Amino acid sequence: MASLGKIARRSFLIGSTAIVGGVAFGVYQVNKDAPNPLTPGEGEATLNPFIMINVDGITIITPRAEMGQGVHTTLAALVAEEMDLNWDDVRVMHGPPAQAYYNGALLGLALPFRHYADTNLKHGLRQSVGKVGKLLSLQVTGGSTSMKDAYERMRHAGASAREAMKLAAADQLSVAVADLRTENGMVIAPDGTELSYISLAQAAASVDAPNVDLRPKSEWKLLGTSLPRKDMVGKSTGTAEYAIDVVLPGMKFGTVRMNPKRAGMVSFDATAAEGMDGVEAIVDLGDGIGVIASNTWLAFQAAEAVDIVWQDASYPATSDALMAEIKASLSSEPNSTVRDDGDVTQAVDGTEITAEYDVPWLAHATMEPMNAVAWQDGDTMQIWSGNQGPILVRDKCAEAVGLTPENVTIHTNLMGGGFGRRGESDFSVHAARLATAMPGTPIKMTWSREEDMRHDFYRPAAAASFRGVVKDGKPLLLDGAIAAPSVTRQSSLRIAGSASPGPDRGHVEAAYDQPFAIPNYRISGHLTDIDVPIGFWRSVGSSFNGFFFDTFVDEMAHAAGADPLNFRADLAANEHPVSETVIRTVGEMSQWEKQSAANVGRGIGFSHTFGSAVAQVVEVVEEDGQIRLSKVWICCDVGTALDPAIVKAQMVSGAIYGMSAAMMGEVSFADGAVEQYNFPDYDALRMHSTPEFEVVVLENGPHLGGVGEPGTPPSMPALGNALFDLTGTRARSLPFIKTFDLLV
Amino acid sequence: MPTTLTINGEAKTIDLPDNVPLLWALRDGLGLTGTKFGCGVAACGACTVHIDGQAVRSCQIGLADVWGSVTTIEGLGSPDLPATIQQAWIDNQVAQCGYCQSGQIMQAADLLSVNLSPTDQDIDDAMQGNLCRCGTYPRIRAAIKDAAAKLKDA
Ligand code: FES
Ligand code: FES
Repeated sequence: MASLGKIARRSFLIGSTAIVGGVAFGVYQVNKDAPNPLTPGEGEATLNPFIMINVDGITIITPRAEMGQGVHTTLAALVAEEMDLNWDDVRVMHGPPAQAYYNGALLGLALPFRHYADTNLKHGLRQSVGKVGKLLSLQVTGGSTSMKDAYERMRHAGASAREAMKLAAADQLSVAVADLRTENGMVIAPDGTELSYISLAQAAASVDAPNVDLRPKSEWKLLGTSLPRKDMVGKSTGTAEYAIDVVLPGMKFGTVRMNPKRAGMVSFDATAAEGMDGVEAIVDLGDGIGVIASNTWLAFQAAEAVDIVWQDASYPATSDALMAEIKASLSSEPNSTVRDDGDVTQAVDGTEITAEYDVPWLAHATMEPMNAVAWQDGDTMQIWSGNQGPILVRDKCAEAVGLTPENVTIHTNLMGGGFGRRGESDFSVHAARLATAMPGTPIKMTWSREEDMRHDFYRPAAAASFRGVVKDGKPLLLDGAIAAPSVTRQSSLRIAGSASPGPDRGHVEAAYDQPFAIPNYRISGHLTDIDVPIGFWRSVGSSFNGFFFDTFVDEMAHAAGADPLNFRADLAANEHPVSETVIRTVGEMSQWEKQSAANVGRGIGFSHTFGSAVAQVVEVVEEDGQIRLSKVWICCDVGTALDPAIVKAQMVSGAIYGMSAAMMGEVSFADGAVEQYNFPDYDALRMHSTPEFEVVVLENGPHLGGVGEPGTPPSMPALGNALFDLTGTRARSLPFIKTFDLLV
Repeated sequence: MPTTLTINGEAKTIDLPDNVPLLWALRDGLGLTGTKFGCGVAACGACTVHIDGQAVRSCQIGLADVWGSVTTIEGLGSPDLPATIQQAWIDNQVAQCGYCQSGQIMQAADLLSVNLSPTDQDIDDAMQGNLCRCGTYPRIRAAIKDAAAKLKDA
């Protein structure tokens, strides 16, 4: 396969003209409907190469990172659908860092609208605001936005390339364009003459392709079906290449050891490590040490053998002290009250209940530990890294080693899991810094699992306090306060150097924006000022708010003497029928009405996040005093299911990720350092503890919803509600294993 | 002192100290990167390979202690000619990020080498050492049953 780095660097300079043995096609209009409040820069709309054609075939360049969520397959299908490609012939590559690959939808998420209430006007506004993403170089995979962002852009890329092919063929055959059709990667003339796209590519690249309307859904052949994933054969034969698998001539192997208290280094003594056979260099990184050796295992051993005196943490040193600060901030001035319906301060007649909740810090624990390969050659550097934001990685690495960004080339590999962790650039920067210690030699820098576990950007711990009033089986008032350190603020500070002081929507998502009609409904967000490194963890704020909010809704249903499923469905009925249908459907799937055996507990959980409504019913069974997960029913509405099998896989994956955390996930602190080291003390669901799943995907919603994250938030309350149903004990503090004897 | 081992049917010489775990000899010494590093402490199964047909955690076995011929995921089959079990993984679209799957497949291949009618309990027992953070377990289970049926027919 051609080197993408070489092809793409040039293609961005020259737009959609022929390049090194291949041809790149541009898209001629970024977004044809929404009026653009910002003036795009010179030639910006044409600078959008998604398709490469050379003698070997057709490659679709994807602007988003493949972390397992199937994004390569679906993004390629968007292009292939309009271009009439034969699916088996399509190949896919990650795009390099480039403005052309900005993620517009991600920024749209920052608008303070409830997603479920998106009117066409708001939807359009969300999209046009998204164009700011272009200016901010927001080439980021996150927020379950990949499809929302690419849905039109990638299809336009395919459509305009198809039209260019037809124009080129018309010219060559002296036939009217209108008489030509396309199929299986070929232009077909009325007399049956077939011209392959590959043979037409050079001519087509110089054609000014017209912009044409996209095909209606009813004509789709690939989209809407479950396609064989493009990464499946490689991942089933050990040949898929992750950054950790990159092999380069003369490569050496390294690791780093940084302060587990997340501060600087006072001093170190590397005498013992230096004497180890095969250790080639101990590198003083200032804030930690690096090792370069003949193999990775030896590098791990040597790093451990270095005696290091660390500086102390700048945040409270224990989990308890940290949680005390978070809880204290519940009574601080709120950062936001994005939802404040009715008047929660008035006296409302009915049964009042209150509840306090808390959840711990969590690690991402991707299966592939953080790693990157860096190779310095004179004043240029190449970096191979599995990352969710290549522009950011390039700029941060360049800055760290004193090179200009133009001289740093980023190759984005397949990722052994991301879940938000690979949006950070720290590990790529480590590789870059190590490589400067040995110019001319490629260095593969791998973190040990222990380094990975203890140097995460964690899902923050959070606390909440809720008050509700119910009467005659209905909720009259819900007033919730949520406190945690702000992921949005900390990560914008880290990434962009500044953070907006305004209301932090991400902090209260999945609580303020639920499609429930409650006459007095307020959610206030309180930000705790502690600087434990935190970051985006699958579903971000929704990962704790989903638990807080939906658990409290369950408590209100019980206080109201109502059936928890009907209670939720009734609340959604007038506000958002799409959500109501999702809730009622999961009820039918699970035969919710049916009485279950005494040793069986069932709970429902519901959240509307990232544009998708998801309801889950979790069933738990008690056997010999131990409780195991037995079955989970999921119903989701994603608006349009571009690839139903991938949507289902993501729903199951999101629920397993969420339930793993809810059951046993906890990162704790002592002496300023994380106490967990490896999977034995930070485990997850496994084959024997994973329940059976049944998933139904609905498409009633008017807009394309996200799929990578929405499965996570409702899974945690659904499990807790099931445990309550079984035992009568309401656990308001996660993980559940602290309260129940669970099979893990 | 270089060590010579039989790997995927071929004699290979590895020029690394003989206390280096097999995992790193394969990956860093020979560039056989299909076998993955996940934990280094026998807790995830990503590094699973076969020694004389038996599934082992290659992160736990020093080069000097390798007692037989080694088979890695690359030795099981190839993209052009996948083994029956790999084809079952492809047919069932098992992988998500895919990082754990080499280990899952090698572990499952061991199970199927002694049991072509695995029950759910057999699968639970054999596979619980293999972690998948993406949560592909339901499809792994289906693929194992699928491969078992195909191997039985063969
Ligand atoms: S790397 Fe060997 S079991 Fe995890
Ligand atoms: S497929 Fe990602 S860890 Fe198993």
